[in-house]
Amino acid sequence: MFAYIVRRLFLMLVTLFGISVIIFVLLRIVPGNIVDILFAAAGYVDPADKVNLERDLGLNQPIVMQYLHWIGGLLHGDLGYSYVSEKPALEEILPRIPITARLAGLALLFSASIGIPLGVISAVHQGSKLDYALRVVSLSGLSLPSFWLGLLILMASVSLFGTMPIFNPNPTTWIEALAIYAVPAMAVGFRSAALTMRITRSSMLEILRQDYIRTARAKGASEASVNYHHALKNAVLPVITVVGIEAAFLIGGLIVTETVFNIPGIARFLVEALRWRDYPIVQNLVMFIAVVVVVVNFIVDMLYAAIDPRIRFGD
Amino acid sequence: MRSVQALAVAVLSVLAISDVSRAADQPKSGGIFRIYHRDSPGSASIHEGATYSVNIPFMPVFNNLVIFDQHIAQNSVDTIRPELAESWAWSGDHKTLTFKLRKDVKWHDGKPFTSADVKCTFDMLMGKSAQKFRQNPRKAWYEQVNDVTTNGDYEASFNLKRPQPALLSLLASGYTPIYPCHVSPAEMRTHPIGTGPFKFVEFKANESIKLTKNPDYFKKGLPYLDGIEFTIIPNRSTAILGFVSGKFDMTFPTEVSIPLLKDVKSQAPNAVCVVEPNNVSTNIIVNSSAPPFDNIDIRRALALALDRKAFIQIMFEGQGDIGGSMEPAPAGLWAMPKDMLESIPGYGPDIEKNREQARKLMQKAGYGPDKHLQIKVSTRNIAVYRDPAIILIDQLKSIYIDAELDVVDTAQWFPKVARKDYSLGLNLTGNAVDDPDQSFYENYACGSERNYTNYCNKDIEKLFDEQSAETDIDKRKKLVWEIDKKLQEDVARPIIFYAHTGTCWQPYVKNVTIMSNSSYNGYRYEDVWLDK
Repeated sequence: MFAYIVRRLFLMLVTLFGISVIIFVLLRIVPGNIVDILFAAAGYVDPADKVNLERDLGLNQPIVMQYLHWIGGLLHGDLGYSYVSEKPALEEILPRIPITARLAGLALLFSASIGIPLGVISAVHQGSKLDYALRVVSLSGLSLPSFWLGLLILMASVSLFGTMPIFNPNPTTWIEALAIYAVPAMAVGFRSAALTMRITRSSMLEILRQDYIRTARAKGASEASVNYHHALKNAVLPVITVVGIEAAFLIGGLIVTETVFNIPGIARFLVEALRWRDYPIVQNLVMFIAVVVVVVNFIVDMLYAAIDPRIRFGD
Repeated sequence: MRSVQALAVAVLSVLAISDVSRAADQPKSGGIFRIYHRDSPGSASIHEGATYSVNIPFMPVFNNLVIFDQHIAQNSVDTIRPELAESWAWSGDHKTLTFKLRKDVKWHDGKPFTSADVKCTFDMLMGKSAQKFRQNPRKAWYEQVNDVTTNGDYEASFNLKRPQPALLSLLASGYTPIYPCHVSPAEMRTHPIGTGPFKFVEFKANESIKLTKNPDYFKKGLPYLDGIEFTIIPNRSTAILGFVSGKFDMTFPTEVSIPLLKDVKSQAPNAVCVVEPNNVSTNIIVNSSAPPFDNIDIRRALALALDRKAFIQIMFEGQGDIGGSMEPAPAGLWAMPKDMLESIPGYGPDIEKNREQARKLMQKAGYGPDKHLQIKVSTRNIAVYRDPAIILIDQLKSIYIDAELDVVDTAQWFPKVARKDYSLGLNLTGNAVDDPDQSFYENYACGSERNYTNYCNKDIEKLFDEQSAETDIDKRKKLVWEIDKKLQEDVARPIIFYAHTGTCWQPYVKNVTIMSNSSYNGYRYEDVWLDK
């Protein structure tokens, strides 16, 4: 087990190194840099000013030097300076992480707390009207884009209550505080909840047909005990995998949700930074997201063993 | 007796009503003015920006030497008011403009404002100082300024190479604030220090910009507001919903499109909405240095093919104007008279007749029903560029031109145009000051950085200088019309239309005026107040 963990940790480092190279190169393949954007915004190009600015920002250095400079800084905790705001990148990124983390956490919570119970209910009542209704809900969750759902929620909110839950850094009431996170979390988590529900349902249906479930029923175990104690515990493994993957994919959904609900989190910030070709922000944010994804995957793998003692990692 | 009582009651009632209305008109101090911002500006430095995304939030931080009257929609020389200058005077030969400065002005960090700050600002703008701006998009504005000299702490003079009456208007633009000598350009990009009615508090990229009242503002009693907060909301639907739900006191100025305006009015019927022209022209840039548009006949055919009214009807439900390179009347001060405009090929009201002429020119150039010209229409990947480009492509079909839309990423637009990697482009040109000097030199002068088409006509350039030096306004106007007509006939940069745009605010917001011939000059907000 120990050797497995060490190997995984080593692989994590290799993966992160690979990601750092890919993101660094891809960013520079994208046409235009910050200097182009600045001059585009100003509506003119002055070649001399352009050269000066590229030199000031270190963009005239060979790409390998730029990479080494970035990685060297990263290892020392120096993320560089944002090209746009001219503030330390860390200062720009750090305050935004808790906002997105809260939103992502709530979205995952919503996804699991809605998706798993409804998936179980749907499986247990397979073929019933309730099952069909829940399947329609899950299908709509998969097919409704989160930006559209978000806008719909905002419009309904303005129309029904005369207000809307857009971000406020200093909410005055706890209802407002809850609304500014919970409503967007529901908008972004709906798709994820639908997926979790469908995976839970199919996994449960498979498990419910197993011999040991029949044996449990034959021994007189209650339906609740069979469904939740015997079946769900074994059906939950693929669900955990999906939730883990969804955590990684959530960033895509959060970009549009943060835009629609005007939440100043890292997802929207990433898009804006990309628009400006603000390399220090984009590189470091993508690396941060990559670290989160890699760590979440690692935790999911570890959870397998915790949930199902039959799983042992080969040394 | 009863009639006397009735009369007394009536008089008292009238007095009471007039007192109430006077009280209602009396400005109230306090409150935070909440506006949404359409995007996150690249920096807080107005001198380094070229978009009103910078002017709107940061103009309240600064003062100019002089400023266009903030409550007269049409900017003109007659509406210029003193600000940091107490007075100004031209020398007899119109080559020196001297400003007497106020002595009671302090920067937001407490240091005194002096003539040295004026000199520093313009030395930097002219590229003469050791400290440099990262970008200096309006350097060309001061081409005729030899130097700025000071006489003591409270007098500054602009010494010109030749008379240029337009200089005063350029100095009155929102683009011309005075910067402090003691603060570096880099600091001004992140934490601007001004003398204006509001002090900078913070600028969180993609989130908000906050300004607070300057209690030491040299205009006593102003500003009325405690502060201004801009919430950055790039998503237009969310922003409009925010305004409708009362989260904002005003929309981002001149950013509400005509179709959206209907939605706002239906959902917030009490909102005050105004629609004004904004002196932004939608135009065509033609690469005349390469085939096929190196052929003047094809360029003329292009100009003749345009149905300008159709553009305005489709995009703005008829709310737009047709004009030359100067903004059309009545908002524009320098517009050609209607009959003169309609005498220019392509501006006549009979579109079919124009197109018939265009087809003949195309046939002369070797194209016709059996041989269409294949081109690409390049434009930026932004809706206000893309939409008219699509209409243009449709209209070009009528003169044997099959065009394909080439959507260019914003980052690549100007580099692409600069290296002439296009044949036809659709472009938007905003004019900060409704003055021919700004428009002609910037967009049509040989070698100008914003003359994207590299149109260069030395004869016309002589006329540019002639009108620029002319101090008689009527004579100058006639010269300007002549130049504008010639520019259109040369197909230098065919102007399609000038749009109108909307701005809305809640009924309790008082003293906001939207300018009708510039989108860059009307955001000092020192006497805006909230009747709450």
